[in-house]
Amino acid sequence: MNRPEPASSAGAVPLVEVKDLVQRYTLPRENIFRPPGQVLALNGVSATVMPGKSLGIVGESGSGKSTLARLVMALERPSSGSVSLLGRDLFALPPDELRRARRDFQMVFQDPYGSLDPRQTIARIVAEPLTALLRLDRAAQRERVAAVLRQVGLRDADMDKFPHEFSGGQRQRIAIARALITQPKLIVADEPVSALDVSVQAQVLNLLQDLQGEFGLSYILISHDLAVVDYLCDEIAVMYLGRIVEQGRPEDLFEHCAHPYTRALLEAVPQARPGSARRRGTPAPTASQSARSAGCPYAARCPLADRHCWEALPSLRDVGPAHLAACHKAETVMSQPFPYASEPLVRGMGVD
Amino acid sequence: MSAPLIEVENLSVRLNTSRGPAEAIRGVSFSLARGETLGLVGESGCGKSITALALMGLLPDSAVTSGSICFDGRELVGLSDRDYCELRGNRISMIFQEPMTALNPMHTIGHQVAEPLRRHTGCSAAEARVQAVALLDRVGLPDAAKRVDAYPHQFSGGQRQRVTIAMALACQPDVLLADEPTTALDVTIQRQILDLIADLVAERGMSMILISHDLGLIGENVQRMMVMYGGTVVESGPTDAVFTRMGHPYTQGLFRARPRLGAKKGTRLKTIAGTVPELADLPRGCAFADRCALVEDRCRAALPESVEVSVGHRVRCVRTDVSMADAVGVLPA
Repeated sequence: MNRPEPASSAGAVPLVEVKDLVQRYTLPRENIFRPPGQVLALNGVSATVMPGKSLGIVGESGSGKSTLARLVMALERPSSGSVSLLGRDLFALPPDELRRARRDFQMVFQDPYGSLDPRQTIARIVAEPLTALLRLDRAAQRERVAAVLRQVGLRDADMDKFPHEFSGGQRQRIAIARALITQPKLIVADEPVSALDVSVQAQVLNLLQDLQGEFGLSYILISHDLAVVDYLCDEIAVMYLGRIVEQGRPEDLFEHCAHPYTRALLEAVPQARPGSARRRGTPAPTASQSARSAGCPYAARCPLADRHCWEALPSLRDVGPAHLAACHKAETVMSQPFPYASEPLVRGMGVD
Repeated sequence: MSAPLIEVENLSVRLNTSRGPAEAIRGVSFSLARGETLGLVGESGCGKSITALALMGLLPDSAVTSGSICFDGRELVGLSDRDYCELRGNRISMIFQEPMTALNPMHTIGHQVAEPLRRHTGCSAAEARVQAVALLDRVGLPDAAKRVDAYPHQFSGGQRQRVTIAMALACQPDVLLADEPTTALDVTIQRQILDLIADLVAERGMSMILISHDLGLIGENVQRMMVMYGGTVVESGPTDAVFTRMGHPYTQGLFRARPRLGAKKGTRLKTIAGTVPELADLPRGCAFADRCALVEDRCRAALPESVEVSVGHRVRCVRTDVSMADAVGVLPA
């Protein structure tokens, strides 16, 4: 594994560069005479995140979102492909360097109840990434913890409490504080607000936005909620069965979606507006990850699929400025009326 | 207008928690006509699931229930277990949030769908099996005849939820309670399951109570809705009326706090300050008082009466004059 060439101009180094990631998992053996089955959780995913920008990843369960997050966090090794952070290939680093490099990327998990050790104090939970990285005396450590707790809107006095004394929203703040304490450049957040109530969800989303403005953080935000991703991210990747099927800026993606799957996702979001009659969905059988065909993996669910789609795999191609889609019929999809054509899009309508 | 199928009058439930008695719901009243759909919205701990469990008679033994639940002329509060068993799964059924925990992993799905039939209609095992296959087919399980002997772990989340729906519908109940039926599922599957429930409700003329925290889902699926907070119904009325003229500051807060697709970049979400109160120490007055921007002394003094602001649209707030003027513009027209 060679290191990528150092970028010549400053500021052009991408923070994260994911190249052709493939991850296979072996299924439990069902028959002693046959080789065990395999699941292709990721099938050639490439993406870049520039410093201070955020990438949102959406898709259904089983689309490979969380596998991508685990690989970007270097929690497991990919079957092939590479992940570089600031030009350094994470999987080519020796273990002790990787350990030190981890201060630059931290993770926030979905379930704020399961991700905090119930028997440790908040001070210990939040300081844990620090103690793993460098030696600090107790006073200095407590000072850092207090500072980071204030940043996420908690009080110094909360340091000596235990997780059960906090509500779901506060626990997620603690998880965010734990991620922030090493002053990372990247936070990977896997469904950070989906376990929270609506009113608390808004508080945590605002906090994530404020922190980004304050520290120039980048996020890789995984969510099934398109509105959450739209709110925080500069770029969105839509994943389907281990591949990115569409990628672009939120406004392009939502107003001129180029992949029928993105359209199906948008159409499936229930609209909270008066008199909204139910829009019936088209029946969509779900595809399985182990059943492989030569053509487009979405063909079985796609209303536009023809023979070409079944036979040739579409590659990710440009369909507009900074807008990629993997669909033979992207132009047809884009020319169709927008899913929300009957309802004016709320762009520009302030949240006040 | 015929007599309502379910009439709940001043229902209160007190649960014994480790922190002492908690008023999980206080003075909930509503009625549901045959074939009507009602939505319950609110955040966790507002009492929406407890309301459903009270209707199903599934509250813990230590719970103290007062008030009345009248189902088709029959009083359900204080009904004996034996009598409840005749209703449950027969005339009132429920679909739960998590299909994996709602199904028994040790029994085949065919056995589980046939169980209410065997129990309530007294048909033979063979007949029940035939009916179970027909039901599984109706809820859109592929290859129902072949898969009737499969176990729950062999199905995906959406398919499992279809199986629980088939179980709930086996005896053609009069009322279906759906407690967050799609929260554990993907958006595209959610749409399919809701379409299925809507079709079945229309086809069989059932009444439905749909519980959800998702306002979009409620808006698209029910005729009337109730917003709950701190164990009380703070707003109720026809869905369109609540959505257009929301009267309670909490309802407005819920709507404002949602991130919306296509909102302008850099706008902040309007949060509701503070957190949901502990049910164990609810304030004497309006439960929302501590988080409300319009709070006055009289809000804290006593629980506000619910006011009828238009036909069938009731709001439990003393400041509807101010709050309803504020509501203009919460939602795009």
